[in-house]
Amino acid sequence: MDDSKYNELDEELLLRPILKTGKWFYISCAILFSIAMFAVWVWYHQWSTGLGVTGMNRPVFWGIYITNFVFFIGISHAGTLISAILRLCQAEWRRAITRAAEVITVLVLFFGVFNIIVDLGRPDRALNVLKHGQFRSPLLWDVTSISIYLTASSTYLLLPLIPDIALLRERKTRLRWLYRLLSFGWTGTDKQKHRLEKAISVMAILVIPIAISVHTVVSWVFGMTVQPMWHSTIFGPYFVVGAIYSGMAALLVAMALIRKLYHLERYIKEIHFNNLGKLLLVFTLLWFYFTFTEYLTTFYGSEPTHMTVFYSKLTGHFAPEFWVMVLCCFLIPLAVLVRKKTRTAAGCVVASIAITIGMWLERFTIVVPTLVNPRLPYPRGIYHPTWVEWSITAGCFAFFILLYMAFTKIFPIVSIWEIKEGRESSVSETADRVKTYLPT
Amino acid sequence: MARWGMVIDLDKCTACGACMAACREENNIPASGPELAGDGRSIFWMDMLTITEGEYPNIKKRMLPRPCFQCENPPCTKVCPVGATYKNEDGLVAQIYARCIGCRYCVNGCPYNAKYFNWYPPRFRDEEKRYLNPDVSVRPKGVVEKCSFCAHRLVRVREKAAAENREIADGDFTTACQDTCPAKAIAFGDLDNPYSEVSRLAHSVRAFTLLEDLGTRPKVFYLTEGEKHGRFKI
Repeated sequence: MDDSKYNELDEELLLRPILKTGKWFYISCAILFSIAMFAVWVWYHQWSTGLGVTGMNRPVFWGIYITNFVFFIGISHAGTLISAILRLCQAEWRRAITRAAEVITVLVLFFGVFNIIVDLGRPDRALNVLKHGQFRSPLLWDVTSISIYLTASSTYLLLPLIPDIALLRERKTRLRWLYRLLSFGWTGTDKQKHRLEKAISVMAILVIPIAISVHTVVSWVFGMTVQPMWHSTIFGPYFVVGAIYSGMAALLVAMALIRKLYHLERYIKEIHFNNLGKLLLVFTLLWFYFTFTEYLTTFYGSEPTHMTVFYSKLTGHFAPEFWVMVLCCFLIPLAVLVRKKTRTAAGCVVASIAITIGMWLERFTIVVPTLVNPRLPYPRGIYHPTWVEWSITAGCFAFFILLYMAFTKIFPIVSIWEIKEGRESSVSETADRVKTYLPT
Repeated sequence: MARWGMVIDLDKCTACGACMAACREENNIPASGPELAGDGRSIFWMDMLTITEGEYPNIKKRMLPRPCFQCENPPCTKVCPVGATYKNEDGLVAQIYARCIGCRYCVNGCPYNAKYFNWYPPRFRDEEKRYLNPDVSVRPKGVVEKCSFCAHRLVRVREKAAAENREIADGDFTTACQDTCPAKAIAFGDLDNPYSEVSRLAHSVRAFTLLEDLGTRPKVFYLTEGEKHGRFKI
């Protein structure tokens, strides 16, 4: 088969997930949907009874809802940021994976926001943040930043979808009205192509500072208070690094699943896992660097109130969570990703699952131990999340996966036109580019 | 403009807890009962801090009544996304229960843990319901509350003074905890009035505030003599 020419087979293979749906898809949908609906019922129970049904108390006023919020917003950095950076760097291997990444961003953002609303004592008054918004509150910075991010990343997802939607529009499939609507009259003229490319590159540039701002202000929710081990200047970059790290891990898991379930081994190849695995390794080291810096500074300064929180993490009540976090965020990924032999698709999945668990625990060990140890001599707090909190958390994960699965059934999860473009012109374009690097 | 403040004399205080009880009656705070208390869901606008010094059996307990410190530079009002907690025109840190979204950011921002959250709807026993204070609103579930320095009394005091065509005098405005204290350990009034009892005591060498180095500038001062002055192993 001639790889340099776009062939009909591409279209067949990449559209197959949309055109053919197996029995297992529906079974897993049903399971995920039941979990999500159960979570909705649990939320109704919490809404009508009060937040007393959670494990939160005084002084632990924030628990795993806030952990989930930070975690999900972190995951959302996968997509857009990775895809935008790879696009801007003209990394040719990006073509098969950008969309899988961008979809994560848009979908997971909703669950980040949802967890904040679930955490409110008065979700019915959530819109007060618009009506009575006080801009000096970091929470309002979050509202602003996340709204902009959601808009920008949805646009950034939609733009490169247009040519593929137009392709679907021409097919005799269900949902043609949707494709007609969302293809915005795309006919593939040179003028349209030129405009689209321009728009995509503008969005790719725009989305980077927005993404960084999002997790920076999320960290500032904690950093701006004077509470021990929250009041830290490196929280902004620390959270951003962690966000990209966990986001990439989520992307790798998604890639592996898509590749396996939709038989896309010809598109999502070992080289993609190897390349992303290297990037993931860089972030493993960055994560360790930031964590080490943060904890060493606290330890060396050894202010008593800070040390109470410090020891509750390292040797105290939260030691299991803390050390599992170190294992999952550092030791496992390092061991797996550092060797070329294990930096395979399977290896990346192992590392990524570890990172996802580890990063959730990182968010948890940032949010809770500070609250458990108040400065004044009150009784120390205890916090055990209840079934309500776990159910809603499970519901979020289930519903996210469900939406992701639904997306792959409506739109091609691997960008068809970009693959086509890659086959047709990327080799010669890259060769031309390399020629410009050569000394004259 | 008066700057309302409080002084609690720890050398007089017997830690009898009458202030806590009076506060509960005055401000319609439902008694929590063993179950809620065990879950850490009790609400105390006036709480009693217990500081244990020494190792068993040579233990010394020190007790500090703890209202809201009504900071000059409150860390809680800054972080409220909807302005439901704010420093009002009297310099008091106030709560708008009808606006609060229950995010509990202010609660976590307060280094003194002086704020409380309504985990459930308030549950009053029937006999309590008959004696609710009509001047203080009952808080619904899902909002944050805390000591108000009995701000509802200030409304009456101000009206009375206006009707009598005079300024508010020292001792007009009192809080429930102060009124009830059998040891007269609590003084309350205008910190800017050099002749008020509270300002005289707040300027005494025995006076100190909690977590002074955070720069919150509490308007509640404690008094104590001797080697323990201002030093609490916290």
